[in-house]
Amino acid sequence: MSTIKTSLGRRSFLQTSALTGGGLMLGFSWMASCTLKTEEEILSMPNEWFEINSYLKIGDNGVVTIYTPNPEFGQNVRTSMPMLIAEELDMDWQKVLVEQAPFHASKYGFQFTGGSRGIMSRWEPLRMAGASARHLLKEAAAQTWNVSIDDITTKSGFLIHEGTGNKAGYGEMASLAATLEVPEEVQLKDISDFNIIGKSQKNVDAKSIVTGKSMFGMDYKQEGMLYAMIEHPPAFGMTLSAVDDAAAKAMPGIRDVITFKSYKDGFEKGGFDTNAFPELVAIIGNSTWEVMQAKKKLSVDWKPFKAYSETLSGFRGKQTVNIPAGLESTESHKTRMAELAAKPGRVVRKDGNPEEAFKKAVKIIEKSYSAPFLAHNCMEPLNAFAHVDGDKATIAAPIQIPGMIVSTIASSLGIPEENIEMVMPRMGGGFGRKAYGHYVVEAAMISQKINAPVKLVYTREDDMTNGIYRPAYQATYKAALDENNNLTALHVKAGGIPESPLFANRFPAGAIDNYVAEEWSIDSNITIGAFRAPRSNFMAGAEQAFLDEVAEEAGKDPIQFRLDLLKRAKEDPVGERNDYDAERYAGVLELVRDKSAWDTDRGNLNRGVSAYFCHNTYAAHVLDLTIENGKPVVQNVCCAIDCGIVVNPDAAVNMAEGAITDGIGNAFYGELTFKDGVPEKTNFHQYRMIRMSEAPKEIDVHFVQNEIAPTGMGEPPFPPIFGAVANAMYKATGVRQYSQPFLGDKQVLG
Amino acid sequence: MSEIQLHINGKDHQINVDPNTPILWVLRDHLNMSGTKYGCGIAQCGACTIHLDGVAIRSCSLPVSSVQGKSITTIEGLSKNGDHPVQQAWIEHDVPQCGYCQAGQIMSAAALLEENAHPTDTDIDVAMNGNICRCGTYTRIKAAIKTAAKIA
Ligand code: FES
Ligand code: FES
Repeated sequence: MSTIKTSLGRRSFLQTSALTGGGLMLGFSWMASCTLKTEEEILSMPNEWFEINSYLKIGDNGVVTIYTPNPEFGQNVRTSMPMLIAEELDMDWQKVLVEQAPFHASKYGFQFTGGSRGIMSRWEPLRMAGASARHLLKEAAAQTWNVSIDDITTKSGFLIHEGTGNKAGYGEMASLAATLEVPEEVQLKDISDFNIIGKSQKNVDAKSIVTGKSMFGMDYKQEGMLYAMIEHPPAFGMTLSAVDDAAAKAMPGIRDVITFKSYKDGFEKGGFDTNAFPELVAIIGNSTWEVMQAKKKLSVDWKPFKAYSETLSGFRGKQTVNIPAGLESTESHKTRMAELAAKPGRVVRKDGNPEEAFKKAVKIIEKSYSAPFLAHNCMEPLNAFAHVDGDKATIAAPIQIPGMIVSTIASSLGIPEENIEMVMPRMGGGFGRKAYGHYVVEAAMISQKINAPVKLVYTREDDMTNGIYRPAYQATYKAALDENNNLTALHVKAGGIPESPLFANRFPAGAIDNYVAEEWSIDSNITIGAFRAPRSNFMAGAEQAFLDEVAEEAGKDPIQFRLDLLKRAKEDPVGERNDYDAERYAGVLELVRDKSAWDTDRGNLNRGVSAYFCHNTYAAHVLDLTIENGKPVVQNVCCAIDCGIVVNPDAAVNMAEGAITDGIGNAFYGELTFKDGVPEKTNFHQYRMIRMSEAPKEIDVHFVQNEIAPTGMGEPPFPPIFGAVANAMYKATGVRQYSQPFLGDKQVLG
Repeated sequence: MSEIQLHINGKDHQINVDPNTPILWVLRDHLNMSGTKYGCGIAQCGACTIHLDGVAIRSCSLPVSSVQGKSITTIEGLSKNGDHPVQQAWIEHDVPQCGYCQAGQIMSAAALLEENAHPTDTDIDVAMNGNICRCGTYTRIKAAIKTAAKIA
């Protein structure tokens, strides 16, 4: 048992009365999308609720409502975060209702979904919230029964005093508990006492999702709301010149056409204020379809903009970014990348004497890998509701980091931050894209200008051509082998447009005596942003494909080759800044070797292995592939993950399956190219996404069992799959893959 | 604008809209039935799938004028209590991640099973290839369709 300090937002001491019977549902705000598991539960709703802390309230009948703090876009946090609270509360999971907390930083801390940090960052705070509520309930029982709190135990929503035979449901003690002082410290359960964590619990929103309940940002509606769309420049490098709105305004159902700037002059952008098109035309009308039709009638002149630089203050401190003028094309990008790849880069890390080692090498292997820009293509296009009313604003938008956009909205609108109320509807995918909230600012600006509640909807075309892409990358690896086929030196040089993907301190750094890592980058006016495991999503594929080739040249089994390097990194690491745990890294490789029966012959299957560590979690895959009628068919992916304690196992498996499938799709097909600043794909008839017939036939996910505090699942299984695909493709075809996408628009290989 | 009669989930509706409006937007904007989703607007992603006389169609690409007198089923009307075999199987397999594509996936799957009670893997591939899931839930969808075939 561990003791931790409590720190909870102030209780409001509001004792809210719930409506009963038929009126009950009206008692919920639109956002509540409360998970009522059965009709019975609805009928047994309490007459009175008692708020024990900002995360939970207990009804007089023992039902508990948990406010889940972080926004959801499919990682299952709306289920797994409440599980953490319910566990320490010692509650019967069947009697737990889940509601989305609104955005409220002082009550709920950093309400951020991204970087695979959700569960990791909430692991202690949410258990503490549950444990402190449990403590207050015990204290209430102790006072009521006039016994010592130390003699009271809890079980699934009940308080028990063995000595006197007293027993009470949490609901009976809730009113008293809600008035007691929060203890300074609370005790957390031993892992071996967990009843909810570690046992698969169904998604609390499953029923709402499968019955089509309104829950997504796109579904949010309010009485009297108008619909808006934006028109952005057709090319990166361009900005607004003039608009002729006569024809559009004459269309049925159109209320207005306006132009606006998203940011006040001189506004200092934060890291999530990325925006290629801060000056826009907006068209507003009565319905989505009418606006969509009228948008086609807009006649807008655009002009090239001049080069400029801006200061961004992001997670990594202040940074000056140069935005060049001009209309960029994929072809010229490739030429520039080749030029920079051939020149010396900026050395980020150097161990030993790589120059000497390469001179002495018996064999040198050098390969270059590249990958294109990618569009996020969340199935729910960008959208936001805003109602600006004087100096107040109400926002409902699918957004991954509401706390990072609220100050921007306040600045743009010229109202105080605390006058902005935000609810956080479910997101139809995020993958990093919905961390960049320019569309929320846009909705707010439009609402302020037209003085009405408005819903901004991006068409798929608007969404795909608006920027904030996964950057284009390139990496060159060079390895030296000695006469005994030992890897004596490794040189990696990586770069991208406009950022470098390099992680100089990751494996195999630390496992090789002579190592050098360099990077370069090329400025661009095409905007980029986080995309499921930023940078790792390229580096893992390049590195793991290269290691495969080196292992082959060295005549070693690819898993054993990696394990030997990890053994070195564990026993006698080179350098001090290695940012991985070699033992845990080896652990997933060993597990996947075992579970995939790597050492036994698998007939006509062509197997590729790949492993990676990022976002605090270790993942390894073995991918089996066949070629059927010229098409690669993924038969099976066996996956091993070490993310510490697995909070909700089946949901974690789902995340891994999704990351694997998504990664295979991006490896084979994902690509966005540009011609004169114009994205060459605008919708799914051109942008190929993985579909049912191309998904792996089977996916088999295994977790390393340990008692380490949990880390993330949203991203880590994604990057290594690119390497597993490349390595299995080589086995199947005899041809190495160096350039993503491996298939692109082609149906068959060759 | 014209008066259009619609028969949706067993109920009659009368609305006054531009007859070219796709049924998707009539459902979402005019009838407040937002279970049917917009994903691409060009019949490429399947998020907007509904049933027209029992057949799965893409509601983003079908003008409302062409569905008069036909029977429309949306995700909200697939079953009374959310217990259509496909819905049950979806819950049992805990299919959804973000969930945005799932209404369309379920409507495609339900239409498939209506037509073919015991689909093979290839039948499922063909019937479901028009529904994109960026979250990558395809393997669960396939398993759930097989379970639904057993429940039905
Ligand atoms: S929205 Fe209709 S198929 Fe994509
Ligand atoms: S569950 Fe997210 S797109 Fe399918």
